[in-house]
Amino acid sequence: MIISIASGKGGTGKTTVATNLALSLPSQVQLLDCDVEEPNAHLFINPMIEKKETVSTAVPKIDEDKCTLCRKCVEICRFRAIIVIGEVILTFPELCHSCGGCMIVCPEKAISETGRELGVLEKGKKDGLEFGHGRLRVGEAMAPPLIKKVRSLSKPEGVVIIDAPPGTSCPVITAVKGVDFVLMVTEPTPFGLHDLKLAVEAVKLLGLPHGLVINRADMGDNGVKEYAAQEGLPILLEIPFDRRIAEAYSRGRLIIEEMPEWQEKFIELYQSIENIVAKVAKGKG
Amino acid sequence: MKELVILSGKGGTGKTSLTAAFAALSENSILCDADVDAADLHLLMNPEIKERTDFQGGGIAVIDPDKCTSCGTCRELCKYEAISEDFKVDEIECEGCGVCVDLCPEQAIDFPIKTCGQWFISETRFGPMVHARLGIAEENSGKLVALVRQQARAMAAEKDLSLLITDGPPGIGCPVIASIGGATAMLIVTEPTVSGKHDMERVVDLANHFKVPGMVCVNKYDLNIDQTEAIENSAKEKGITVLERVPFDPAFTKAMIQGKTLIEYDPGSKVSQIIKGIWEEVGKKLESNMSQ
Repeated sequence: MIISIASGKGGTGKTTVATNLALSLPSQVQLLDCDVEEPNAHLFINPMIEKKETVSTAVPKIDEDKCTLCRKCVEICRFRAIIVIGEVILTFPELCHSCGGCMIVCPEKAISETGRELGVLEKGKKDGLEFGHGRLRVGEAMAPPLIKKVRSLSKPEGVVIIDAPPGTSCPVITAVKGVDFVLMVTEPTPFGLHDLKLAVEAVKLLGLPHGLVINRADMGDNGVKEYAAQEGLPILLEIPFDRRIAEAYSRGRLIIEEMPEWQEKFIELYQSIENIVAKVAKGKG
Repeated sequence: MKELVILSGKGGTGKTSLTAAFAALSENSILCDADVDAADLHLLMNPEIKERTDFQGGGIAVIDPDKCTSCGTCRELCKYEAISEDFKVDEIECEGCGVCVDLCPEQAIDFPIKTCGQWFISETRFGPMVHARLGIAEENSGKLVALVRQQARAMAAEKDLSLLITDGPPGIGCPVIASIGGATAMLIVTEPTVSGKHDMERVVDLANHFKVPGMVCVNKYDLNIDQTEAIENSAKEKGITVLERVPFDPAFTKAMIQGKTLIEYDPGSKVSQIIKGIWEEVGKKLESNMSQ
Protein backbone atom coordinates (compact mmCIF):
# COMPACT_ATOMS: atom_id res chain seq x y z
CA MET A 1 0.00 0.00 0.00
CA ILE A 2 1.44 3.35 -1.08
CA ILE A 3 -0.20 6.51 0.28
CA SER A 4 0.83 10.01 -0.79
CA ILE A 5 0.08 12.92 1.50
CA ALA A 6 -0.56 15.99 -0.63
CA SER A 7 -2.16 19.44 -0.61
CA GLY A 8 -2.31 22.28 -3.08
CA LYS A 9 -1.47 24.88 -0.47
CA GLY A 10 1.69 24.65 1.57
CA GLY A 11 1.74 24.70 5.35
CA THR A 12 -1.57 22.91 5.82
CA GLY A 13 -0.11 20.00 7.76
CA LYS A 14 1.10 17.40 5.24
CA THR A 15 4.21 16.61 7.24
CA THR A 16 2.24 16.49 10.49
CA VAL A 17 -0.13 13.91 9.03
CA ALA A 18 2.62 11.92 7.27
CA THR A 19 4.86 11.63 10.34
CA ASN A 20 2.10 10.93 12.87
CA LEU A 21 0.49 8.36 10.59
CA ALA A 22 3.84 6.67 9.91
CA LEU A 23 4.64 6.30 13.60
CA SER A 24 1.13 5.25 14.65
CA LEU A 25 0.84 2.11 12.56
CA PRO A 26 1.82 -1.25 14.00
CA SER A 27 2.71 -2.67 10.57
CA GLN A 28 5.97 -2.30 8.69
CA VAL A 29 6.11 1.31 7.49
CA GLN A 30 8.41 3.25 5.20
CA LEU A 31 8.23 7.05 5.24
CA LEU A 32 9.58 8.76 2.12
CA ASP A 33 9.80 12.55 2.19
CA CYS A 34 9.44 13.63 -1.43
CA ASP A 35 9.31 17.36 -0.70
CA VAL A 36 12.93 17.55 -1.82
CA GLU A 37 12.97 21.35 -2.02
CA GLU A 38 12.07 21.72 1.63
CA PRO A 39 12.15 18.31 3.33
CA ASN A 40 10.92 18.54 6.93
CA ALA A 41 9.84 15.06 8.03
CA HIS A 42 13.31 14.22 9.39
CA LEU A 43 12.99 17.10 11.85
CA PHE A 44 10.13 15.24 13.54
CA ILE A 45 11.37 11.66 13.09
CA ASN A 46 15.07 12.20 13.85
CA PRO A 47 16.11 9.08 11.96
CA MET A 48 19.56 7.58 12.16
CA ILE A 49 20.91 8.15 8.64
CA GLU A 50 22.65 4.99 7.46
CA LYS A 51 23.31 5.75 3.84
CA LYS A 52 23.87 8.96 1.93
CA GLU A 53 24.47 9.26 -1.80
CA THR A 54 24.82 12.12 -4.23
CA VAL A 55 22.33 12.04 -7.07
CA SER A 56 23.37 13.47 -10.41
CA THR A 57 21.84 13.86 -13.81
CA ALA A 58 23.67 13.49 -17.11
CA VAL A 59 24.70 16.69 -18.88
CA PRO A 60 26.91 17.10 -21.96
CA LYS A 61 30.63 17.66 -21.97
CA ILE A 62 32.01 18.77 -25.30
CA ASP A 63 35.47 17.88 -26.55
CA GLU A 64 36.39 21.08 -28.34
CA ASP A 65 39.19 19.41 -30.27
CA LYS A 66 36.68 17.09 -31.94
CA CYS A 67 33.85 19.63 -32.30
CA THR A 68 33.49 21.04 -35.83
CA LEU A 69 30.78 23.57 -34.82
CA CYS A 70 28.26 21.80 -37.06
CA ARG A 71 25.47 22.89 -34.67
CA LYS A 72 23.54 19.60 -34.84
CA CYS A 73 23.49 19.49 -31.04
CA VAL A 74 22.28 23.10 -30.87
CA GLU A 75 19.43 22.24 -33.22
CA ILE A 76 18.16 19.22 -31.31
CA CYS A 77 18.36 20.87 -27.89
CA ARG A 78 14.90 22.34 -27.09
CA PHE A 79 16.15 23.66 -23.77
CA ARG A 80 18.81 25.97 -25.23
CA ALA A 81 21.47 24.31 -23.13
CA ILE A 82 24.03 24.39 -25.95
CA ILE A 83 24.83 27.43 -28.07
CA VAL A 84 27.46 28.38 -30.60
CA ILE A 85 28.68 31.97 -30.64
CA GLY A 86 31.15 32.63 -33.42
CA GLU A 87 33.83 29.97 -33.08
CA VAL A 88 32.92 29.01 -29.54
CA ILE A 89 30.54 26.31 -28.31
CA LEU A 90 29.06 26.78 -24.86
CA THR A 91 26.95 24.53 -22.64
CA PHE A 92 24.57 25.62 -19.88
CA PRO A 93 24.35 22.50 -17.73
CA GLU A 94 21.67 24.01 -15.46
CA LEU A 95 19.27 24.23 -18.43
CA CYS A 96 19.88 20.63 -19.54
CA HIS A 97 17.02 18.12 -19.10
CA SER A 98 19.29 15.11 -19.74
CA CYS A 99 17.46 13.90 -22.85
CA GLY A 100 20.71 12.73 -24.41
CA GLY A 101 19.78 14.12 -27.84
CA CYS A 102 23.03 16.02 -28.36
CA MET A 103 25.16 12.93 -27.77
CA ILE A 104 23.14 10.92 -30.26
CA VAL A 105 23.25 13.47 -33.07
CA CYS A 106 26.87 14.60 -32.78
CA PRO A 107 28.56 13.17 -35.92
CA GLU A 108 32.04 13.64 -34.42
CA LYS A 109 31.32 11.83 -31.16
CA ALA A 110 32.58 14.96 -29.47
CA ILE A 111 30.00 14.90 -26.66
CA SER A 112 30.34 12.75 -23.61
CA GLU A 113 28.35 12.56 -20.40
CA THR A 114 29.23 14.37 -17.22
CA GLY A 115 27.13 14.88 -14.12
CA ARG A 116 25.22 17.81 -12.62
CA GLU A 117 24.50 17.30 -8.96
CA LEU A 118 20.77 17.33 -8.20
CA GLY A 119 21.10 16.78 -4.50
CA VAL A 120 21.50 13.98 -2.01
CA LEU A 121 19.46 10.91 -1.17
CA GLU A 122 19.50 9.77 2.44
CA LYS A 123 18.22 6.55 3.97
CA GLY A 124 17.83 5.70 7.60
CA LYS A 125 15.81 4.17 10.41
CA LYS A 126 13.96 5.21 13.50
CA ASP A 127 13.01 2.25 15.65
CA GLY A 128 11.01 0.04 13.28
CA LEU A 129 10.34 2.81 10.77
CA GLU A 130 12.31 2.99 7.55
CA PHE A 131 13.00 6.52 6.40
CA GLY A 132 14.18 8.07 3.15
CA HIS A 133 14.33 11.57 1.75
CA GLY A 134 16.03 13.73 -0.85
CA ARG A 135 17.55 17.17 -0.40
CA LEU A 136 17.67 19.25 -3.55
CA ARG A 137 20.96 21.10 -3.93
CA VAL A 138 20.46 24.83 -3.30
CA GLY A 139 20.50 26.46 -6.73
CA GLU A 140 19.22 23.35 -8.54
CA ALA A 141 15.92 23.93 -10.35
CA MET A 142 14.73 20.43 -11.20
CA ALA A 143 13.10 18.53 -8.39
CA PRO A 144 11.29 15.68 -10.26
CA PRO A 145 14.33 13.48 -11.06
CA LEU A 146 15.37 13.53 -7.39
CA ILE A 147 11.77 12.80 -6.30
CA LYS A 148 11.83 9.74 -8.58
CA LYS A 149 15.01 8.59 -6.84
CA VAL A 150 13.37 8.90 -3.43
CA ARG A 151 10.35 6.95 -4.67
CA SER A 152 12.62 4.24 -6.03
CA LEU A 153 13.44 3.37 -2.39
CA SER A 154 9.88 2.16 -1.82
CA LYS A 155 9.51 -1.49 -0.99
CA PRO A 156 6.52 -3.48 -2.23
CA GLU A 157 5.77 -5.07 1.16
CA GLY A 158 4.33 -3.05 4.04
CA VAL A 159 2.97 0.48 3.99
CA VAL A 160 4.76 3.31 2.16
CA ILE A 161 3.86 6.86 3.16
CA ILE A 162 5.00 9.62 0.83
CA ASP A 163 5.16 13.22 2.03
CA ALA A 164 4.55 15.17 -1.22
CA PRO A 165 5.52 18.76 -2.04
CA PRO A 166 2.83 21.48 -2.26
CA GLY A 167 1.32 22.69 -5.54
CA THR A 168 -0.18 20.92 -8.55
CA SER A 169 2.65 20.91 -11.09
CA CYS A 170 5.34 18.40 -12.01
CA PRO A 171 6.98 17.85 -8.58
CA VAL A 172 3.63 16.91 -6.98
CA ILE A 173 2.60 14.76 -9.93
CA THR A 174 5.90 12.89 -9.64
CA ALA A 175 5.21 12.29 -5.94
CA VAL A 176 1.65 11.00 -6.38
CA LYS A 177 1.59 9.24 -9.76
CA GLY A 178 0.67 5.57 -9.51
CA VAL A 179 0.10 5.46 -5.73
CA ASP A 180 -2.81 3.57 -4.19
CA PHE A 181 -4.28 6.55 -2.37
CA VAL A 182 -3.79 10.30 -2.09
CA LEU A 183 -4.60 11.81 1.28
CA MET A 184 -5.15 15.52 0.92
CA VAL A 185 -4.56 17.80 3.85
CA THR A 186 -6.24 21.17 3.85
CA GLU A 187 -7.28 23.97 6.15
CA PRO A 188 -10.79 25.49 6.17
CA THR A 189 -9.82 28.90 4.77
CA PRO A 190 -10.40 30.49 1.36
CA PHE A 191 -6.75 29.85 0.42
CA GLY A 192 -6.98 26.26 1.63
CA LEU A 193 -10.18 25.65 -0.32
CA HIS A 194 -8.95 27.27 -3.51
CA ASP A 195 -5.77 25.20 -3.58
CA LEU A 196 -7.61 22.04 -2.51
CA LYS A 197 -9.83 22.32 -5.59
CA LEU A 198 -6.72 22.44 -7.78
CA ALA A 199 -5.23 19.44 -5.99
CA VAL A 200 -8.48 17.48 -6.41
CA GLU A 201 -8.45 18.24 -10.15
CA ALA A 202 -4.90 16.90 -10.31
CA VAL A 203 -5.68 13.59 -8.55
CA LYS A 204 -8.82 13.16 -10.65
CA LEU A 205 -6.73 13.66 -13.79
CA LEU A 206 -4.47 10.85 -12.58
CA GLY A 207 -7.47 8.73 -11.59
CA LEU A 208 -6.32 8.17 -8.02
CA PRO A 209 -8.56 7.38 -5.04
CA HIS A 210 -8.42 10.22 -2.55
CA GLY A 211 -9.75 11.55 0.74
CA LEU A 212 -9.42 14.54 2.98
CA VAL A 213 -7.92 15.57 6.30
CA ILE A 214 -8.99 18.98 7.60
CA ASN A 215 -6.36 20.53 9.81
CA ARG A 216 -7.04 23.43 12.20
CA ALA A 217 -10.61 22.40 11.48
CA ASP A 218 -12.21 24.99 13.75
CA MET A 219 -10.27 28.03 12.56
CA GLY A 220 -11.83 29.20 9.32
CA ASP A 221 -15.17 28.95 7.56
CA ASN A 222 -17.43 26.24 6.16
CA GLY A 223 -16.21 26.41 2.57
CA VAL A 224 -14.10 23.26 2.63
CA LYS A 225 -16.85 21.13 4.19
CA GLU A 226 -19.45 22.39 1.73
CA TYR A 227 -17.11 21.63 -1.14
CA ALA A 228 -16.33 18.16 0.24
CA ALA A 229 -20.06 17.37 0.55
CA GLN A 230 -20.77 18.61 -2.94
CA GLU A 231 -17.88 16.62 -4.46
CA GLY A 232 -18.52 13.52 -2.37
CA LEU A 233 -15.02 13.81 -0.93
CA PRO A 234 -14.72 11.73 2.22
CA ILE A 235 -13.43 13.65 5.26
CA LEU A 236 -11.33 11.03 7.01
CA LEU A 237 -9.95 13.07 9.91
CA GLU A 238 -10.32 16.50 11.46
CA ILE A 239 -7.56 17.95 13.59
CA PRO A 240 -8.67 20.97 15.64
CA PHE A 241 -6.53 24.04 16.18
CA ASP A 242 -4.95 23.36 19.53
CA ARG A 243 -2.14 25.49 20.85
CA ARG A 244 -0.56 22.35 22.34
CA ILE A 245 -0.36 20.80 18.87
CA ALA A 246 1.04 24.03 17.36
CA GLU A 247 3.65 24.36 20.10
CA ALA A 248 4.63 20.69 19.90
CA TYR A 249 5.04 21.07 16.14
CA SER A 250 7.17 24.18 16.62
CA ARG A 251 9.61 22.13 18.70
CA GLY A 252 9.71 19.19 16.29
CA ARG A 253 7.42 16.98 18.39
CA LEU A 254 4.66 14.76 17.08
CA ILE A 255 1.01 15.00 18.13
CA ILE A 256 1.12 11.37 19.25
CA GLU A 257 4.09 12.10 21.51
CA GLU A 258 2.33 15.02 23.13
CA MET A 259 -1.15 13.47 23.17
CA PRO A 260 -0.86 9.66 22.88
CA GLU A 261 -4.63 9.31 22.57
CA TRP A 262 -4.25 10.56 18.99
CA GLN A 263 -2.51 7.36 17.91
CA GLU A 264 -5.89 5.62 17.81
CA LYS A 265 -7.23 8.31 15.44
CA PHE A 266 -4.33 7.86 13.04
CA ILE A 267 -4.84 4.09 13.08
CA GLU A 268 -8.52 4.66 12.27
CA LEU A 269 -7.47 7.04 9.51
CA TYR A 270 -5.36 4.27 8.01
CA GLN A 271 -8.24 1.80 8.29
CA SER A 272 -10.57 4.19 6.43
CA ILE A 273 -7.98 4.48 3.68
CA GLU A 274 -7.65 0.69 3.50
CA ASN A 275 -11.42 0.36 3.20
CA ILE A 276 -11.62 2.88 0.35
CA VAL A 277 -8.72 1.26 -1.50
CA ALA A 278 -10.30 -2.20 -1.07
CA LYS A 279 -13.62 -0.90 -2.43
CA VAL A 280 -11.94 0.68 -5.44
CA ALA A 281 -10.02 -2.54 -6.11
CA LYS A 282 -13.26 -4.53 -5.93
CA GLY A 283 -14.97 -2.07 -8.28
CA LYS A 284 -12.18 -2.49 -10.79
CA GLY A 285 -11.92 -6.27 -10.34
CA MET B 1 12.04 50.45 -10.64
CA LYS B 2 12.52 48.34 -7.54
CA GLU B 3 11.30 44.79 -7.09
CA LEU B 4 10.56 43.09 -3.79
CA VAL B 5 10.02 39.34 -3.91
CA ILE B 6 8.29 37.68 -0.97
CA LEU B 7 9.27 34.07 -0.30
CA SER B 8 9.15 31.59 2.53
CA GLY B 9 10.57 28.21 1.61
CA LYS B 10 7.89 26.56 3.72
CA GLY B 11 4.32 27.10 2.61
CA GLY B 12 1.63 28.56 4.83
CA THR B 13 3.80 30.99 6.78
CA GLY B 14 1.78 34.04 5.70
CA LYS B 15 3.54 35.13 2.48
CA THR B 16 0.39 36.01 0.59
CA SER B 17 -1.35 37.69 3.53
CA LEU B 18 1.69 39.91 4.05
CA THR B 19 2.05 40.61 0.32
CA ALA B 20 -1.58 41.75 0.25
CA ALA B 21 -1.09 43.96 3.30
CA PHE B 22 1.95 45.54 1.65
CA ALA B 23 -0.10 46.14 -1.49
CA ALA B 24 -2.63 48.03 0.64
CA LEU B 25 0.15 50.16 2.15
CA SER B 26 2.18 50.87 -0.97
CA GLU B 27 1.70 53.62 -3.48
CA ASN B 28 2.67 53.73 -7.11
CA SER B 29 3.22 49.99 -7.22
CA ILE B 30 2.28 46.94 -9.28
CA LEU B 31 1.58 43.44 -8.01
CA CYS B 32 2.77 40.17 -9.47
CA ASP B 33 1.70 36.73 -8.31
CA ALA B 34 4.59 34.42 -9.13
CA ASP B 35 2.99 31.43 -7.41
CA VAL B 36 1.49 30.25 -10.68
CA ASP B 37 0.95 26.74 -9.42
CA ALA B 38 -1.36 27.47 -6.47
CA ALA B 39 -1.97 31.19 -6.73
CA ASP B 40 -3.97 32.76 -3.91
CA LEU B 41 -3.24 36.48 -4.02
CA HIS B 42 -6.23 37.11 -6.31
CA LEU B 43 -8.55 35.90 -3.54
CA LEU B 44 -7.66 39.04 -1.56
CA MET B 45 -7.16 41.39 -4.52
CA ASN B 46 -10.33 40.56 -6.44
CA PRO B 47 -8.67 41.54 -9.73
CA GLU B 48 -10.69 42.66 -12.71
CA ILE B 49 -9.08 40.87 -15.63
CA LYS B 50 -8.35 43.25 -18.52
CA GLU B 51 -6.26 40.99 -20.71
CA ARG B 52 -6.03 37.24 -20.84
CA THR B 53 -3.33 35.43 -22.85
CA ASP B 54 -2.64 31.74 -23.40
CA PHE B 55 0.70 30.53 -22.15
CA GLN B 56 2.49 28.39 -24.68
CA GLY B 57 4.76 25.92 -23.00
CA GLY B 58 7.00 23.56 -24.91
CA GLY B 59 6.12 21.02 -27.53
CA ILE B 60 4.80 17.58 -26.73
CA ALA B 61 5.34 14.43 -28.80
CA VAL B 62 2.34 12.95 -30.60
CA ILE B 63 2.77 9.74 -32.60
CA ASP B 64 0.78 9.37 -35.81
CA PRO B 65 -0.40 5.73 -35.72
CA ASP B 66 -0.78 5.64 -39.52
CA LYS B 67 2.88 6.42 -40.10
CA CYS B 68 4.28 4.51 -37.12
CA THR B 69 5.84 1.15 -38.01
CA SER B 70 6.39 0.17 -34.36
CA CYS B 71 10.14 0.02 -34.95
CA GLY B 72 10.83 0.94 -31.33
CA THR B 73 13.44 3.65 -31.98
CA CYS B 74 11.53 6.27 -29.98
CA ARG B 75 11.08 3.95 -27.01
CA GLU B 76 14.81 3.25 -26.97
CA LEU B 77 15.70 6.95 -27.20
CA CYS B 78 13.22 8.31 -24.67
CA LYS B 79 14.97 8.91 -21.37
CA TYR B 80 11.67 9.62 -19.62
CA GLU B 81 9.94 6.31 -20.41
CA ALA B 82 7.08 8.36 -21.83
CA ILE B 83 6.22 6.04 -24.72
CA SER B 84 4.14 2.96 -24.08
CA GLU B 85 4.57 -0.47 -25.68
CA ASP B 86 1.72 0.31 -28.05
CA PHE B 87 3.42 3.60 -29.04
CA LYS B 88 1.33 6.14 -27.24
CA VAL B 89 2.92 9.13 -25.54
CA ASP B 90 2.18 9.73 -21.87
CA GLU B 91 1.67 13.50 -21.84
CA ILE B 92 2.54 13.77 -18.18
CA GLU B 93 5.86 11.95 -18.57
CA CYS B 94 6.86 13.61 -21.87
CA GLU B 95 9.51 16.23 -21.11
CA GLY B 96 9.19 17.90 -24.52
CA CYS B 97 12.79 17.23 -25.56
CA GLY B 98 11.83 16.39 -29.13
CA VAL B 99 14.52 13.71 -29.52
CA CYS B 100 11.98 11.13 -30.73
CA VAL B 101 10.50 13.73 -33.12
CA ASP B 102 13.84 14.41 -34.78
CA LEU B 103 15.05 10.81 -34.89
CA CYS B 104 11.95 8.82 -35.85
CA PRO B 105 12.94 7.10 -39.10
CA GLU B 106 9.36 7.41 -40.42
CA GLN B 107 8.93 11.04 -39.31
CA ALA B 108 5.78 9.82 -37.64
CA ILE B 109 6.01 12.05 -34.59
CA ASP B 110 4.49 15.51 -34.42
CA PHE B 111 5.52 18.13 -31.91
CA PRO B 112 2.62 20.51 -31.39
CA ILE B 113 3.13 23.38 -28.97
CA LYS B 114 1.01 22.86 -25.92
CA THR B 115 -1.00 25.58 -24.22
CA CYS B 116 -0.30 24.96 -20.57
CA GLY B 117 -1.87 27.88 -18.80
CA GLN B 118 -3.00 31.47 -19.01
CA TRP B 119 -1.68 34.75 -17.74
CA PHE B 120 -3.61 37.88 -16.94
CA ILE B 121 -3.22 41.62 -16.71
CA SER B 122 -5.70 42.96 -14.19
CA GLU B 123 -6.73 46.03 -12.32
CA THR B 124 -7.21 45.94 -8.54
CA ARG B 125 -8.14 48.50 -5.91
CA PHE B 126 -4.41 48.85 -5.21
CA GLY B 127 -3.24 49.21 -8.79
CA PRO B 128 -2.38 46.84 -11.63
CA MET B 129 -1.65 43.16 -11.11
CA VAL B 130 -0.08 40.52 -13.34
CA HIS B 131 -0.89 36.92 -12.49
CA ALA B 132 -1.25 33.52 -14.09
CA ARG B 133 -2.66 30.09 -13.82
CA LEU B 134 -0.61 27.09 -14.82
CA GLY B 135 -2.70 24.18 -16.03
CA ILE B 136 -3.06 21.21 -13.70
CA ALA B 137 -0.14 18.79 -13.83
CA GLU B 138 1.77 21.02 -16.25
CA GLU B 139 5.45 21.71 -16.54
CA ASN B 140 7.22 24.95 -17.37
CA SER B 141 6.22 26.73 -14.18
CA GLY B 142 9.60 28.51 -14.17
CA LYS B 143 9.01 29.76 -17.68
CA LEU B 144 5.56 31.11 -16.75
CA VAL B 145 6.96 32.80 -13.63
CA ALA B 146 9.65 34.47 -15.73
CA LEU B 147 6.96 35.59 -18.16
CA VAL B 148 4.63 37.18 -15.57
CA ARG B 149 7.55 39.00 -13.96
CA GLN B 150 8.73 40.27 -17.31
CA GLN B 151 5.21 41.50 -18.13
CA ALA B 152 4.88 43.17 -14.73
CA ARG B 153 8.20 44.94 -15.23
CA ALA B 154 7.20 46.12 -18.68
CA MET B 155 3.91 47.45 -17.33
CA ALA B 156 5.66 49.19 -14.43
CA ALA B 157 7.95 50.93 -16.91
CA GLU B 158 5.04 51.89 -19.15
CA LYS B 159 2.96 53.32 -16.28
CA ASP B 160 5.95 54.82 -14.53
CA LEU B 161 5.41 52.78 -11.36
CA SER B 162 8.29 52.67 -8.94
CA LEU B 163 7.76 49.36 -7.17
CA LEU B 164 6.96 45.79 -8.18
CA ILE B 165 5.75 43.55 -5.35
CA THR B 166 6.04 39.87 -6.25
CA ASP B 167 4.39 37.10 -4.24
CA GLY B 168 6.69 34.12 -4.72
CA PRO B 169 6.08 30.37 -4.69
CA PRO B 170 7.08 28.02 -1.87
CA GLY B 171 10.17 25.81 -2.10
CA ILE B 172 13.58 26.54 -3.60
CA GLY B 173 13.26 24.88 -7.04
CA CYS B 174 12.54 26.01 -10.57
CA PRO B 175 9.68 28.53 -10.04
CA VAL B 176 11.46 30.09 -7.05
CA ILE B 177 14.71 30.49 -8.95
CA ALA B 178 12.72 32.09 -11.78
CA SER B 179 11.11 34.52 -9.35
CA ILE B 180 14.25 36.00 -7.79
CA GLY B 181 16.74 36.74 -10.57
CA GLY B 182 17.45 40.47 -10.72
CA ALA B 183 15.17 41.40 -7.80
CA THR B 184 16.16 44.36 -5.62
CA ALA B 185 15.55 42.40 -2.44
CA MET B 186 13.69 39.43 -1.10
CA LEU B 187 11.69 39.17 2.06
CA ILE B 188 11.52 35.73 3.61
CA VAL B 189 8.45 35.19 5.77
CA THR B 190 8.88 32.35 8.20
CA GLU B 191 7.33 30.90 11.34
CA PRO B 192 8.95 29.86 14.62
CA THR B 193 8.94 26.10 14.07
CA VAL B 194 11.68 23.59 13.31
CA SER B 195 10.39 23.42 9.73
CA GLY B 196 10.16 27.20 9.41
CA LYS B 197 13.78 27.56 10.51
CA HIS B 198 15.07 24.73 8.33
CA ASP B 199 13.26 26.01 5.23
CA MET B 200 14.17 29.66 5.85
CA GLU B 201 17.84 28.68 5.98
CA ARG B 202 17.61 27.00 2.59
CA VAL B 203 15.96 30.07 1.04
CA VAL B 204 18.62 32.30 2.61
CA ASP B 205 21.30 30.07 1.06
CA LEU B 206 19.49 30.43 -2.25
CA ALA B 207 19.39 34.24 -1.85
CA ASN B 208 23.11 34.25 -1.15
CA HIS B 209 23.75 31.86 -4.05
CA PHE B 210 22.03 34.24 -6.49
CA LYS B 211 23.31 37.33 -4.66
CA VAL B 212 19.89 38.82 -3.94
CA PRO B 213 19.88 40.79 -0.64
CA GLY B 214 17.51 39.23 1.86
CA MET B 215 15.36 40.18 4.85
CA VAL B 216 13.66 37.83 7.28
CA CYS B 217 10.42 38.34 9.17
CA VAL B 218 9.13 35.84 11.74
CA ASN B 219 5.34 35.59 11.59
CA LYS B 220 3.32 34.08 14.51
CA TYR B 221 6.49 34.67 16.55
CA ASP B 222 4.78 34.16 19.93
CA LEU B 223 4.01 30.49 19.16
CA ASN B 224 7.59 29.76 20.17
CA ILE B 225 9.90 32.58 21.30
CA ASP B 226 12.96 30.30 21.51
CA GLN B 227 12.54 29.26 17.88
CA THR B 228 11.99 32.89 16.90
CA GLU B 229 15.32 33.82 18.47
CA ALA B 230 17.06 30.85 16.89
CA ILE B 231 15.74 31.88 13.46
CA GLU B 232 16.76 35.49 13.91
CA ASN B 233 20.25 34.50 15.06
CA SER B 234 20.68 32.12 12.17
CA ALA B 235 19.55 34.81 9.70
CA LYS B 236 21.95 37.38 11.17
CA GLU B 237 24.83 34.90 10.96
CA LYS B 238 24.08 34.47 7.28
CA GLY B 239 24.15 38.24 6.77
CA ILE B 240 20.39 38.74 6.43
CA THR B 241 18.50 41.75 7.81
CA VAL B 242 16.01 40.80 10.53
CA LEU B 243 12.72 42.72 10.59
CA GLU B 244 10.20 43.22 13.36
CA ARG B 245 8.25 40.16 14.52
CA VAL B 246 4.57 39.64 13.72
CA PRO B 247 2.42 38.04 16.44
CA PHE B 248 -0.01 35.17 15.89
CA ASP B 249 -3.36 36.79 15.20
CA PRO B 250 -6.62 35.14 14.07
CA ALA B 251 -7.35 38.42 12.26
CA PHE B 252 -5.25 37.09 9.35
CA THR B 253 -7.77 34.29 8.77
CA LYS B 254 -10.77 36.54 9.46
CA ALA B 255 -9.57 39.11 6.94
CA MET B 256 -8.97 36.33 4.40
CA ILE B 257 -12.51 35.03 4.82
CA GLN B 258 -13.81 38.51 4.00
CA GLY B 259 -11.48 38.78 1.00
CA LYS B 260 -9.71 41.74 2.57
CA THR B 261 -6.16 42.60 3.42
CA LEU B 262 -5.32 42.79 7.10
CA ILE B 263 -4.89 46.57 6.80
CA GLU B 264 -8.42 47.01 5.45
CA TYR B 265 -9.90 44.54 7.92
CA ASP B 266 -8.67 46.45 10.95
CA PRO B 267 -6.36 49.38 10.17
CA GLY B 268 -6.02 50.47 13.78
CA SER B 269 -5.13 47.05 15.23
CA LYS B 270 -1.77 46.38 16.79
CA VAL B 271 -0.83 43.84 14.14
CA SER B 272 -1.68 46.35 11.37
CA GLN B 273 0.59 48.89 13.07
CA ILE B 274 3.40 46.34 13.24
CA ILE B 275 3.02 45.56 9.55
CA LYS B 276 3.10 49.28 8.73
CA GLY B 277 6.38 49.52 10.62
CA ILE B 278 7.78 46.54 8.73
CA TRP B 279 6.71 48.03 5.44
CA GLU B 280 8.59 51.26 6.24
CA GLU B 281 11.72 49.25 7.04
CA VAL B 282 11.36 47.27 3.82
CA GLY B 283 11.05 50.55 1.90
CA LYS B 284 14.29 51.85 3.40
CA LYS B 285 16.07 48.61 2.63
CA LEU B 286 14.89 48.71 -0.98
CA GLU B 287 16.12 52.31 -1.31
CA SER B 288 19.54 51.48 0.09
CA ASN B 289 19.87 48.37 -2.13
CA MET B 290 18.99 50.46 -5.16
CA SER B 291 21.60 53.07 -4.40
CA GLN B 292 24.30 50.42 -3.97
